[in-house]
Amino acid sequence: MKESNNSTLPQKRATAWSRFKANKELLLLSLPGGIWFLIFAYLPMFGILIAFQQYRPEKNFLLSVLHSKFVGFKNFEFLFKSGDMWIIFRNTIGYNLVFIVLGIVLPITVAMLLNELRNHGAVKVYQSMMFLPYFLSWVVVSYCLYAFLDPSKGLVNNILGKNISWYTEKDYWPFIIIFMSQWKGVGYNTVVYLASICGIDKTFYEAAMLDGATKWQQIKYITVPLLRPVITILFIMSVGGIIRSDFGLFFQLPRDSGPLYPVTNVLDTYIYRALMQSSEIGMSSAAAFFQSVVGFALIMIANKVAAKIDNENTLF
Amino acid sequence: MFEKMKEKSRQKKIDKIEAEQCKYNKIKPATNVIFNIILAFLAFLAVVPFVFVIAISLTDEQALRTYGYSFIPKEFSVSSYSYIIKAGSDIIRSYGVTITITVVGTILGVLLIGTYAYALSRKTYAYRKFFTIVITIPMMFGGGMVATYMIIARLLHLTNTLWALILPMAMNSFNIIVLRTFFNTSIPDAVVESAKIDGASEWRLFFQIVIPMSLPGFATIALFLTLGYWNDWFNALLYIEESSLKPLQSLLMSIESNMQFLKSEGLKLGLSVENMPEESLRMAIVVISTLPILVAYPFFQRYFVNGLTVGAVKG
Repeated sequence: MKESNNSTLPQKRATAWSRFKANKELLLLSLPGGIWFLIFAYLPMFGILIAFQQYRPEKNFLLSVLHSKFVGFKNFEFLFKSGDMWIIFRNTIGYNLVFIVLGIVLPITVAMLLNELRNHGAVKVYQSMMFLPYFLSWVVVSYCLYAFLDPSKGLVNNILGKNISWYTEKDYWPFIIIFMSQWKGVGYNTVVYLASICGIDKTFYEAAMLDGATKWQQIKYITVPLLRPVITILFIMSVGGIIRSDFGLFFQLPRDSGPLYPVTNVLDTYIYRALMQSSEIGMSSAAAFFQSVVGFALIMIANKVAAKIDNENTLF
Repeated sequence: MFEKMKEKSRQKKIDKIEAEQCKYNKIKPATNVIFNIILAFLAFLAVVPFVFVIAISLTDEQALRTYGYSFIPKEFSVSSYSYIIKAGSDIIRSYGVTITITVVGTILGVLLIGTYAYALSRKTYAYRKFFTIVITIPMMFGGGMVATYMIIARLLHLTNTLWALILPMAMNSFNIIVLRTFFNTSIPDAVVESAKIDGASEWRLFFQIVIPMSLPGFATIALFLTLGYWNDWFNALLYIEESSLKPLQSLLMSIESNMQFLKSEGLKLGLSVENMPEESLRMAIVVISTLPILVAYPFFQRYFVNGLTVGAVKG
């Protein structure tokens, strides 16, 4: 047994070497990208450890990580004791739940309407127009919104004849945030769902129609069931991202206005402000660690659940 | 002859029945009108805010101050745009920064993503599985904002350099998957194999065969990258303080302080500051920063949709 092990080792080495030689050109092609991933994706995964440190910046980052004291879960204690956390989690998860539901219902409805139109020329025009907001940056969108909501010159106050100070009254903002997120995203998601609907075999509908199925029945028994794989995958991904948010949506639209924080502060904006504005590296890295780890766990759980329900519709 | 005619008329009959059935399965004309109204309204809603911004940028400053913003300019004026041309040296410089990072970033990104995706698409590649795992893990787990910031700012010292705007966005797993899927479907194995038999190196294969054969795929990736770079303000927010390195989107964010700068520039040039079209100027900068996207939009939309559907189905 031992002897045979000894004899296969050099052989294994030899095959590994010849395998390397046979693949070295392709390896060279994938190496630059691999290095990019090492630096910009994998190094930060280890950098996450500063969440357990009392980080003291020194000139050299590696030295400061080595010299900083490990404090266990102290940063997390501070984080969860600070009174804002409850509000931040409520906002992050609450908005995301609404986004997940609307992000499935609205685009599928629009895609079905587009699919049923008799004038096909119009489909392209509508689709192009609805896709447009996706291509605007949140900075630009925030100015578009400002044109409507500016207290003195904005269109809404002009029309209403009122003097509502939109950027300090927090009651309106949950609606504004949800509306604007769908305004920007519905065209994008419609494209995805419309492609799936167009991919459904037309003979299903023909057969159903011959059997006397109404339009509504066709949607209920053909379109929706056949869209399920796409819906499941997009659903898994959005559940995995339930504690992440679109930073621009919550940072740019409210113009960083303090009175609006109670309804616009989410985990990402909290991490950003703790890192860049108050330089509380301990708290922000703890929050970021929490976001990464919980996000990962959620994706795994969502995928497992999806596998239980239907084996084919999973992400991996 | 007779048989043929019979066949033809039968075919015609079938066609007619099918057409009727199709008609039958279509929605009623009245429903069609309702659907059109709903969709037209949504489409209108999608473009109106930006049209509004354009309208404001073309309105006379005095009219804006007295009547507020309105869709139809009370008094038409292009003074905001002429002010940018006269005194907007920092706006033009920011334009330059945006164009630089967009061009360099897109070229770099396309090369990195292209080579990586090509290697992954080769079924004989021995390390294919390893490099697939390398791009799969970051889709599920990431270091987050703080750790990424620490690596880029403190370890690599990229703050206040254009690299901080270019490198972090050059690659991502989604684009690699889109392009790999494109290679898998558009380049037959036989082509690769025969080129290999003829003694072509992988380099030659990639640059002389794969790239020319998959230009639409590359166009899609280049568009994703271009749009990402053009619209990016987040990296500038984290890593750029030097005003001469600020891209357009970032300049837009700090527009209030830039108004002061524009005023002083205007003073130097002997323009009267009271007449500076502040309100319309703000919106004019928004318009010129988005204009290239709007102009190119009709041309690139098709590629964009293709890439999206590939990525969404296969991702």
